Amino acid sequence: METWRQQPLVFWAFLLPGGLWLVLFFLVPLSLIWIFSFGERSGPVDILITGTLANYIEALDPLYLSIFLKSLWIAAAATAVTLIIGFPVALAVSFAPPRLKPILLLLVILPFWTNLLIRTYAMIAVLRTRGYVNFGLEALWDGADAALAGLGIGALPRFQPLTLLYNDAAVVIGIVYVYLPFMVLPLYATLERLDRAYLEASLDLGAGQIRTMASIVVPLAKPGIVSGVILVFIPALGTFLISDLLGGPDSQLIGNVIERQFKAANNWPLGAAMSFILLYITFGILALRSYLGRDDV
Amino acid sequence: MPRYRPLRSRKFASSRRRFLEGSLTVATVLPAMNRMSFAQGGQVNVYNWDTYIGETTVEDFTEATGTDVRYDLFASNDELFAKLREGNPGYDVIFPSNDFVERLVAAERLLPLDHGMIPNMSNLDAAFTDPEFDPGRTYSVPYFWGTIGVGYRKSATEGQEPKAWADLFGSDQYSGRMSLLNDSDVIEVALKYLGLSLNSSDPAEIDAAADVLIKAKPHIKAFAPDTGQDLLIAGEVDVCMEWNGDILQVMTEDDDLAYVVPEEGSILWEDTMCIPSGGPNPEAAHAFINYILEAEVHGQIAAEIKYPCPNAAALDFIPEEDRNNPSIYPSKETLERCEVAVYDQAKDDLKEKALTRVLAA
Repeated sequence: METWRQQPLVFWAFLLPGGLWLVLFFLVPLSLIWIFSFGERSGPVDILITGTLANYIEALDPLYLSIFLKSLWIAAAATAVTLIIGFPVALAVSFAPPRLKPILLLLVILPFWTNLLIRTYAMIAVLRTRGYVNFGLEALWDGADAALAGLGIGALPRFQPLTLLYNDAAVVIGIVYVYLPFMVLPLYATLERLDRAYLEASLDLGAGQIRTMASIVVPLAKPGIVSGVILVFIPALGTFLISDLLGGPDSQLIGNVIERQFKAANNWPLGAAMSFILLYITFGILALRSYLGRDDV
Repeated sequence: MPRYRPLRSRKFASSRRRFLEGSLTVATVLPAMNRMSFAQGGQVNVYNWDTYIGETTVEDFTEATGTDVRYDLFASNDELFAKLREGNPGYDVIFPSNDFVERLVAAERLLPLDHGMIPNMSNLDAAFTDPEFDPGRTYSVPYFWGTIGVGYRKSATEGQEPKAWADLFGSDQYSGRMSLLNDSDVIEVALKYLGLSLNSSDPAEIDAAADVLIKAKPHIKAFAPDTGQDLLIAGEVDVCMEWNGDILQVMTEDDDLAYVVPEEGSILWEDTMCIPSGGPNPEAAHAFINYILEAEVHGQIAAEIKYPCPNAAALDFIPEEDRNNPSIYPSKETLERCEVAVYDQAKDDLKEKALTRVLAA
C-alpha cells in the first residue's frame, strides 16, 4: 500500500492494540500524575487539585536543585563511560565472523533476562570489601608477596582492600553495568549497516587505522551513538535503585528524593512536580536532538 | 450429489457444543460460588513484614481453622501505606507500626476491631492494652514491640564498645565502620542524642539534629535501608543502627555480635495487627488475629524471631535465656529513656526535608 488511506482497516487493525496500550497504560496515568503536580495535600490521602504552582517552586528549591545537578553529572559520567566501553564491544560484534555474531549478541542481551534487582545485588557481592574484586586483588598481592619472599627481597605491607562500594564510583559502575546493552545494541545496529567500502577506501588513500576510525567510523555511527546516549542517559538520570543499594552517604540522587516523596514523606504533589521537571528536561534533550539532526533526514 | 453427513460426526458436533456450553456455565458460576463460601473455609489475605512470623505459623493456622492464608510481604510502613492509599487492594490483615496506625486511622483506612471476636486479647500484658496511639485498642492489637539501637561487633570495638549515641555521633572512633538507617529515624535518634524529645516539632531543634548528622557524615560508611545487620555480619561495618530483632537474628549466627540501647534513650516502637476496611473477609481476619494471640502460638513466634512479646501468657512459651536477655527485654530504666514516635504530618514533613538535607550534604 502507498499510504494508509488506501487500506484504512488494515492500518487501524495494526495501530489500535499498541495505541490503546500506550494511551491507557502510559498517557492516562502520566496525565494523572501531571494533574497531581498542580495539587495540594489535604489529609493523609487526599489531594485537592487547586492549580497551584507551589510544588514546582518548592521543587526548584536550592537543596533539590543541587541534587538535580548531581544526578545530571552522575548520569553524564556514566553515559560517557558506557559509550567508551560500548563502542569497542559493538565494533567487535559487527566485525565478527557471521557465525559468531548471534552468540556474541546473545551474550550482550543475556543480562536483560535477569531481574534488575538481582543484577544490582550481584554487583554488591562483586564490589564489597569481602567481594570478588578484592579477593582477586588479594590473591595477586599474596602471590607477589610470596614471589618477593622467595627472592629474599622482603615482604609487602598488609593488603588493604579497595573501597569500591558505598560511594559515587560504585553508582557509576552500577549504571554502566546495568545499561551497557542499551548502548551496545543501537551502536551495533548502526555499525552493522556501515559500508565496508568506506573503510577500504580510507585505508587505500593512506589514512592509518586510528585516523580511519576517528574520521570515518565514528561520524558514520553518529545516529547509533545518539540513540545509545539517549537510551542510557535518561534512565540513568532517574535511577534510584542503583544509588540506594550501591551508593554511599553522599550518593543521594533525584530519583531517591522523588521516591521518598511518594513513600515516606507522603507528598505526592511535590514528587509529581519533581518527576515532571525531569520529564521536561528529557523532552528538551529530545527536542535538541531532533533540531541538531534536522539536516540528516 | 447427496450431502453426506455421517451420523457420528453430527452427534459429536452437538455434544461438543453442549460441552462448551456446560464448561462456560461452570466457569462463570464457579468464581461466584467461591465468594459465597468465604464465610466457611475461605481465604484470609495477610500482608506482613518479611521474616516476621514463625516458620509453620501459617500452615498451623490453616490446619486449625480450615481457612487458607495468602501471605504477602512488604518491606516498610511506607510501602504498606502506599498500597492502602487508594483503597484496599484486598488485604484482610495488615501489620503497621504504631505511628502508621495513627496515619491509617486519620486516613480512615482501618476497620474498628470487634473485641468479641478476639477473646485472646485478655492474654496481653496490661501495659499494652491502652496505648496513646490507639486508646482502648479500637483499631489495633499489639504483635511485637522493640527498640532501635546499636548492633556492634565485639572484637572490632574491644575497649571502645558503643554505649551511647555520643559514641557514634560525637566521636570519630568508628570512622568508616558504621552504618545508620536511611529514614527519618536517624533524625529522631539525633534529637535524643541532643537530649531533646524525638517528637519535637520545633524546626530549630530538627535542624540542629540534621546538623549533628551532617557533622558525623564523613565517618558514616553507608545509610542502609534495613540491611544494617547484613552489613554487620558481612564485616562491612562494625557498628550499625538497627532494630533489636534484626540484630538478635544475626547474633544467633555470629557470637561476636552484640546489641545495646544507647544511654541517651532511643525509639520505642510497636508493630500491630489491624484490619483494613473494605477487606474481603473480616471474620477470617479476626480469627487470624485471635489465633496469633494464643499463648503458645505467640510464644513460639517470639522464640523464633527474637522480638520482645507483649503477650503476658506467651511468656511461658519463650525460652528463659530469651526472657532474661537484656538485648531482647530491656530493663525498666532503659525503657524509661525511650520514647514512642507520634504521627503528625507537619512534623514528618520537617523531618523528611531535614533528612534530604543530611543526605545531600
